[in-house]
Amino acid sequence: MPAQKIGNPDSIIARKVAEPPGEGPEKGLITLPGEAGREIDDLGGGSYLTTKLDTMIGWARGNSLWPLPFGTACCAIEFMSMVSSHYDISRFGAEVVRFSPRQADLMIVAGTIVDKMAPVMKKIYEQMPEPKYVIAMGACATSGGFYRMYHVVQGIDEVIPVDIWVPGCPPTPEGLMYGILKLKEKIERGEIRR
Amino acid sequence: MSTLTKFSATPYTGPAPTNREPYVPADVGKMDARGAEIAGRLKIEQERGQDLPTFVVGKERIIETLRAFKNDLKFTLPLDLWAVDYPEREKRFDVMYQLYSLSSNERMRLKVRVGEDEPVPSSLSVFKGFDWFEREAWDMYGVRFDGHPNLRRILTHEAFQGHAMRKDYDPAQRWLCTEKDVARIIPTIDARFENVDTDFERVTLNLGPSHPATHGTLRIVVTLDGETIIGAEQEIGYLHRCFEKSCETHTYQQAIPFTDRLNYMSAIINNVGYCMAVEKLLGLDVPARAQYVRLVLSEFMRIADHLVCIGTNLVDMGALTNFWYLFQPREEIYGLIESCCGARLLPSYTRIGGLAVDVPPDFLQNAQRLVNMIPKYIDDVENLVDRNKIFLDRVIGVAPISPEDALDFGFTGPCLRACGIPFDVRKTNPYLGYETYDWDVPIAEGGDTYARYLVRMEEMRQSLRILQQAIDRGLPPGPVIVDNPYVALPPKEKVYNEMESLIYHFKLIMHGIQPPVGETYFQVEGGNGELGFYIVSDGSKNPYRVRCRPPCFAIYQAYGRMITGQAIPDAIAALGSLNIIAGELDR
Repeated sequence: MPAQKIGNPDSIIARKVAEPPGEGPEKGLITLPGEAGREIDDLGGGSYLTTKLDTMIGWARGNSLWPLPFGTACCAIEFMSMVSSHYDISRFGAEVVRFSPRQADLMIVAGTIVDKMAPVMKKIYEQMPEPKYVIAMGACATSGGFYRMYHVVQGIDEVIPVDIWVPGCPPTPEGLMYGILKLKEKIERGEIRR
Repeated sequence: MSTLTKFSATPYTGPAPTNREPYVPADVGKMDARGAEIAGRLKIEQERGQDLPTFVVGKERIIETLRAFKNDLKFTLPLDLWAVDYPEREKRFDVMYQLYSLSSNERMRLKVRVGEDEPVPSSLSVFKGFDWFEREAWDMYGVRFDGHPNLRRILTHEAFQGHAMRKDYDPAQRWLCTEKDVARIIPTIDARFENVDTDFERVTLNLGPSHPATHGTLRIVVTLDGETIIGAEQEIGYLHRCFEKSCETHTYQQAIPFTDRLNYMSAIINNVGYCMAVEKLLGLDVPARAQYVRLVLSEFMRIADHLVCIGTNLVDMGALTNFWYLFQPREEIYGLIESCCGARLLPSYTRIGGLAVDVPPDFLQNAQRLVNMIPKYIDDVENLVDRNKIFLDRVIGVAPISPEDALDFGFTGPCLRACGIPFDVRKTNPYLGYETYDWDVPIAEGGDTYARYLVRMEEMRQSLRILQQAIDRGLPPGPVIVDNPYVALPPKEKVYNEMESLIYHFKLIMHGIQPPVGETYFQVEGGNGELGFYIVSDGSKNPYRVRCRPPCFAIYQAYGRMITGQAIPDAIAALGSLNIIAGELDR
């Protein structure tokens, strides 16, 4: 029986429809990309899932990001908006905001980083366990924004590696949410390895 | 003047820019007379033609003059201290002191002229509130203050070379700051605890600058004896984005987005304050419709500011539900602002001379819907926490400050009103027509965290009162920006179809607004207190100096003293109630 996609057409998860109970062994329920067309009849009965380990881990990581808000300025307020009731990032599994770098895997740098703050940010990034991802939220974190001045870091990639840049001054909560979803895609595709 | 009749209205015939003539303030006669009276009494030199009574004092006499102002003339509130650099002069720095008198509702300005290596006596013995302001003047200009106990850099980092606000400093010159340059701070132990012998070992603990309870980039180092804080020191500058230098390298219009990002919780109030300061310098009368919209949005912004302050303060004390409740009306307020100008948090909506665009037709209906809706959320939170024993135990009597200390430290806004002093710029120096509305200034007794919470809750209700009256009056008809092509861009359809407007447009974009030569100060009531802008114009398109009087800065310098003798959880609760916004604190 061919795999059938249900729900979100862009979802990487395709469900197989189980045959009605009593009519032969129940077929697999979940298949991950690249696995859909495989002949699985000879793998035995019951519910099962076939995938590559990397895909499986990427899928799990991408759907359970634990953000560390490194909020310094205005963008942090829009980050708060994204977390709070109106926009509600928990719909995408990224609501477990952790303020300890040791418990987080996604650092959202929200706001201007100045020269005085740069060593602090670097230290916090280094304290995060692998795998770790960084989103540069807003114009200041991306490039210094319109603060081309004597005390402002001209983009946090001077100091730490960045995976996703979100434009805007500040980005709207929707914008940041889109950035997180893009990061999720990247992780699930296995594009980020460190 | 030729006109293209098909598209053109009447050409502009008003006055041309007067940037070659000096600025004459509107009430200069009154100020000069009052200045002469004070100058005669204290035997000091007066500077005429300013918008405030202004005096020039030699550095030898500054302390006795400040003391006379404080004790004899009752100028008890130290508002601001800053410097201006005139490199072509022999005594290149003007060190400015600005004071306010609560009893006579007056402001005054003192100037001390010093050369490059001339120290000024520190005024800490008279006003404790000038502590950080003197450090800032040292950091930014290299003006030394003799007798200051802790004169080290405050906004820039330890590896920084030179003094950034000097005119001969390259604005983009950065200095690398590494981990070893991070300031090592050992707080001085408060005299009350110095000789107290307890069983505990003394521990020095660092909070921040990245800490969930510090709301941004504040760093506090505390020395603990058991659980009691016996010494605390704050380090700031982790968000010093060079606001004042940025203004000097941009035109007057271009500086507006920078002001948004000072107190980003209530951005429109900053826009209004800055624009009104420039308008004062230009002598402009802003159309009634623009004034009205500015007032309405300022009050909504004040509500949003207090909502965030109370919401996050309660989160720090573990009451997460209130955060969800209070962020909902805030989103609605941002929706209203978005409908006006397309931006949510940092709208940059005002322009010098009025507003960027007119409000949408359903503006008042939306405003009315908000005014109807917000009280429910405030009431909900009040019901949740006002009789909640856990909350009350954590706020009553926590981090109090006496009215005398609060004044001496330069407190303004809700934190000063929580000490029982009804100082509100909207009442004392009304602008935008606040004097025509019926509302009260809430005050509380005690000056503790609970009093600050109560004042903010009541202020939101008073703002709603103002808003309801404003909505009942309705939008005044007319334009939203002055009809003066030397200040405001002509409408786009005219620019495309009319030679004159095209030239005005080109001139304004290329050469900017050029106000008359002079200096002025204008103050508004920000979310945290008196937000003032001091602007020096040299007649060119860039401001010569923009000084922002940040209310947080004065308040936060007292924080270490307020939490000494308390526990760490109390310090966190107190910090949230002061509403320190890093953007405004560090600028």
